[in-house]
Order: sequence, then C-alpha cells, then structure tokens
Amino acid sequence: MNSPVNSLKARPWDLWFRQILAVTKFEARKNFAGRRWVGTLLLAGGPVFLLTVRVLLGDTETEDVGTLGIIFASIFQSYILRLAIFFGCVAVFTQLFRGEVLEKTLHYYLLAPVRREIIMTGKYLGGLLNVSVLFVLSTVASYVLMFVPSGSRVMEAQFVNGPGVGYALTYGAIAFLACSGYGAVFLLMGILFRNPIVPAVLILGWESLNIFLPATLQKISVIHYLQSLSPVPLPFGPLAVITDPTSPWISVPGMLLMTLLVLTAAAVKMRRAEVSYAAD
Amino acid sequence: MTMENDRTIGFSNISKFYGEVLGVNKINLMVQPGITSLVGPNGSGKTTLMNLMSGLLQPTQGWVEVHGLTPASPEEFYRLIGYCTQFDNFPKGLTGYDLLSALLGLHGHSAKETKDLTWNAIEQVGLVDDAHRRVAAYSKGMRQRIKLATAIAHRPAVLVLDEPLNGLDPMARAEFIALFQDLAAEGFHVIVSSHILHEVDMISDQVVMMSHGYVVAEGKIQGVRHEMDEHPISIMVRCDRPALVARKVFACDHVVEASISDDGKGVVVRTRNVDEFYLMLNRVVLEDELNVEGVTPTDEDVHSVYNYLVGANGHAS
Repeated sequence: MNSPVNSLKARPWDLWFRQILAVTKFEARKNFAGRRWVGTLLLAGGPVFLLTVRVLLGDTETEDVGTLGIIFASIFQSYILRLAIFFGCVAVFTQLFRGEVLEKTLHYYLLAPVRREIIMTGKYLGGLLNVSVLFVLSTVASYVLMFVPSGSRVMEAQFVNGPGVGYALTYGAIAFLACSGYGAVFLLMGILFRNPIVPAVLILGWESLNIFLPATLQKISVIHYLQSLSPVPLPFGPLAVITDPTSPWISVPGMLLMTLLVLTAAAVKMRRAEVSYAAD
Repeated sequence: MTMENDRTIGFSNISKFYGEVLGVNKINLMVQPGITSLVGPNGSGKTTLMNLMSGLLQPTQGWVEVHGLTPASPEEFYRLIGYCTQFDNFPKGLTGYDLLSALLGLHGHSAKETKDLTWNAIEQVGLVDDAHRRVAAYSKGMRQRIKLATAIAHRPAVLVLDEPLNGLDPMARAEFIALFQDLAAEGFHVIVSSHILHEVDMISDQVVMMSHGYVVAEGKIQGVRHEMDEHPISIMVRCDRPALVARKVFACDHVVEASISDDGKGVVVRTRNVDEFYLMLNRVVLEDELNVEGVTPTDEDVHSVYNYLVGANGHAS
C-alpha cells in the first residue's frame, strides 16, 4: 500500500490535489457539524427570511425597478457585505486553526503526512465552500425575492428584458469575492492571535470608517474593492469622502492577489506552528 | 545529517524551552528497534521528548531524526511514524470509523485502500461493534482504543505511545501489551511512556529514564543496573541450607550484606561483583552439595533502578 508515496515521487501535484480535497471535505463536514454554523446560517438566512415574509405578505407598494435595485444595493452593502459576510467569515475562518487549538485536535492534522501549506489550503477551501455557498445563494435569492412581490410584469422587465440576471450574478460574485478575501484575512488572524476577536473588531472599525478616510487609505481595505464592483453605486451621505471606484480589471485580480498573499503569510506561519495546547 | 544506521531514532543535543521553563535539555540518544520505555515522574520531559520526536514541537536547539527523516519532509516522515498522544480530544460529530477514514484519506490513499486500512485498524483495537458510534459517546477505554487506532492505522514503522494503557481495563491492557510486543517482534520501533513500572518492566527491551528534563539512564535495564556501582546488586538464593551460603559469602570482599529470608528458605545477598558471586556460589554448590531451587536478582527491575536513580520523590540522585 505505498501508492501515495509512489505518487509523491512521480506526480506530487496529483497527491497534493487529493490531499487538498481530503482536507476540504473533512473541514466542510466539520463546519456543518459545528455550532458556529448556526450563527452563520442565521446571518445568511436573515435577508432571505425577511424578503420571503414580504413576498408572503404581498407588499407591492414599490414597483419601480430602479428603486428596488437601490434598496437591494443598500441591503447588500450595509448588511450582507459589512455585517453578514464579515461576521460569518469571522465565525468560520478564525476558528479553522484557533478552534482546533482550543479543542485540542490540531495534532490530528499535524501528524498526517501532509504539507502544512496543503492543510492550510484545504482548510481555507473547506471554510470557503461552506461560507460562499451559503452567502452566494442567499445573496442571489435575496435579489430575486426583492422583485417577486412587484409581480410578473416587473420580474419580466428586470430579469427577461433587463439586467436582473447579470446583476444577480454580479452580486453573487461579489459575495464570493468577499468570502474569499475576508476568509483569508480571518484565517490569518486565527493563526496569529490567541484572541482573534480583537483584531476582527479593529478590522470591522477600519472597514466601516473606510468611506470617511482619504482616498489612498480607502484603497487599503477589502470593502473598497467590493463596493467598486457593485452594479448599483450608492451615495454614502455628506460626510463620505468620494473616491472613484476602482476598475473591475484591478479590483478582481487585486482581491485575488491580496487573498493569495494573505494565505501565503498564513502558510509561512503554519510551517513553524507547534502543538502546545497547555500554553493556549 | 543522516544517522549512521537508517533504522534508528536519533536525538542530537536536543533541547526545548517553553519560554524560560525547561522542557528537556541537551539530550543525546539513539533508540534501537524494539520496545523502548520512557520512564520518569510528571514533568520529567517524557511527553516533550515524544512531541519533539513526532514534530509537534520544534526544538530550541539540536535535531531529531527518525530513520534518517525529519518532520521537514512531512509526506514521508508521517507515513513512518504513528503517535498516540495523551490528548483525549477528537474532532466533533464524527464516529470512530469516520475519524479514522478521514485521517487516512489525508494520506492520499484510494477510497478502497482507506476503507481496508480503516477496518483493519478498527479490528486490531477491538472496536468493530462500536465503529459507527460517535466518538463523543465512547467510554474512556474506547477513546483510548480509537486513539491507538489513529496511530497504527497507516502501519507506521515507528509507533510513539504516550501513556497508552491509561483508562484500559486489565484485559485490554494485556491485549495492548501483546499487540506492542507483536509489533516490536516484527522489527518496529515502539516507544512507550508509562508510569506503571511493572508494566514497563514486563514489555521493555530498553528504558530511558528521565528526570527534570534530563536523561539519567538509558539502555537495557540489566545493563543500567550493573553500571550503578554505588548500589550493590541484591540476589535471592533459595536453597536447602541458606545459613551455609550466608556464612560462605560473608568471607568475600565484594559481598556487603547477607540475610536469611523471612521464610528461612533463602538468603538475600548484596554484592558489588555479580560475576564473582556466581563463581563462588557454583563452588559452594559443588563442594557442599547444596540444593539450589532458584537464584533471582531482586533489584534488577525498572522499579528498583528508577528508585535508585530518580528516587521515590522524583529527584535524580
């Protein structure tokens, strides 16, 4: 039974791919089984639940697709991006390593014949799978539910003859990018800090006050790039510092590059990680 | 650096400090195949040494190699080593089968190989009937069994077991000891830490005695005992005329004490030169037609050596 060893020598990428898949599967399963998942589910399900109630109550007051689009953009930027995805990622990603240390189970991974970079990648992907499926689906569902009470005419105008499908997919893609960006950041926080909640609160403060910062500082944040991708721009009030949105050709690769850099930093830290639960 | 013999485990000048607290200090050790027991009181550094060996801890200085490999090559190193830690924790929500299968999946085996190895390990530790129960519902003994299964499932050549018999009933202890002995007989390294000295005595090919982060003795227990010149070796001779033996041995310079046993059917002799004593005993048997029932060293066991070296309070002498 030395097939993995032979595979390692002949085609290491093949083995690494199988190991990443195994870690991802294991993590996704553990995440679903954990209590933390309930909070994330509530955060993601909140808008879907409320908009479903609105559908059931038959709220048809607003029929203007432009107004509905702006209302959804407000919900998306103020709640889904800044709160739901942010805290969902805090709950899941900070615990990928920190939770294992607190539960004294990290040694099972570290005693497996797997590179620590692979463990980290698999864990990240497992968390990303859980969180992104939830938030992307919830975002797209919320967008569609926003227009349902206004009737078939509005739905047709928005989704058959209008930009609705493209917008829904764009919001879904932004939600995915948000999960990947915040996920990487909070995974690193979970490795670097014993109590990752403190840096998470600081990051929340930075991301929330972002719109009041000078243009250059605004660009040192995840939210700036995510907002730039939003199909419906929003005004942020008289105190906000107006900054030109960054082009999607920079925002998307920039977010992915930032994610990669943060994950690389996490991998470097992981290589020197020790299991000394007593000290934690 | 590679060890001279690729089948050894070598510690070279290895030290580990937790901040200013000493874990182990300047340990040089070469462990041969067979069962090696780490013996020492709590805080003596046994678990630290095992964690260093398995790469869970990084040494402050020095290095450790297992069969010429280090944890820096995890894909090969961790196929070689199986570690049953002292941590009694498991990922939540999993059954015993799920846990083993998920961990074996990390090795990169195919689904069929993973399934075969999982059941094989479950059978070895006697958990077949409980394999599909959640680990959270396992008893202490069952948790110990599944932990052992995680260590042996991938058939490692080096098995590191930190207090593996804790929480097991006497039947299970005997089963596990037999399993360790089988593995050692097949040429595996089995490294066990235990504070139950009579069990260590029963199973060990060699012992490593630790105190306050230092190795105070290592090797085969008889060898260690014979090197302790300051403690004369005690031998019980059971025979038909113990008083005669006592009288004869008193004349020898190397004998420091001879006393008739409580039942009057033997004599306990303490000597500084075991070889001389046996020669003398042979002479007595031949010349005086002594009937000898048995000759047994009484302090060549781990317990005695441990007490001489470390003392009952855990302080090295």
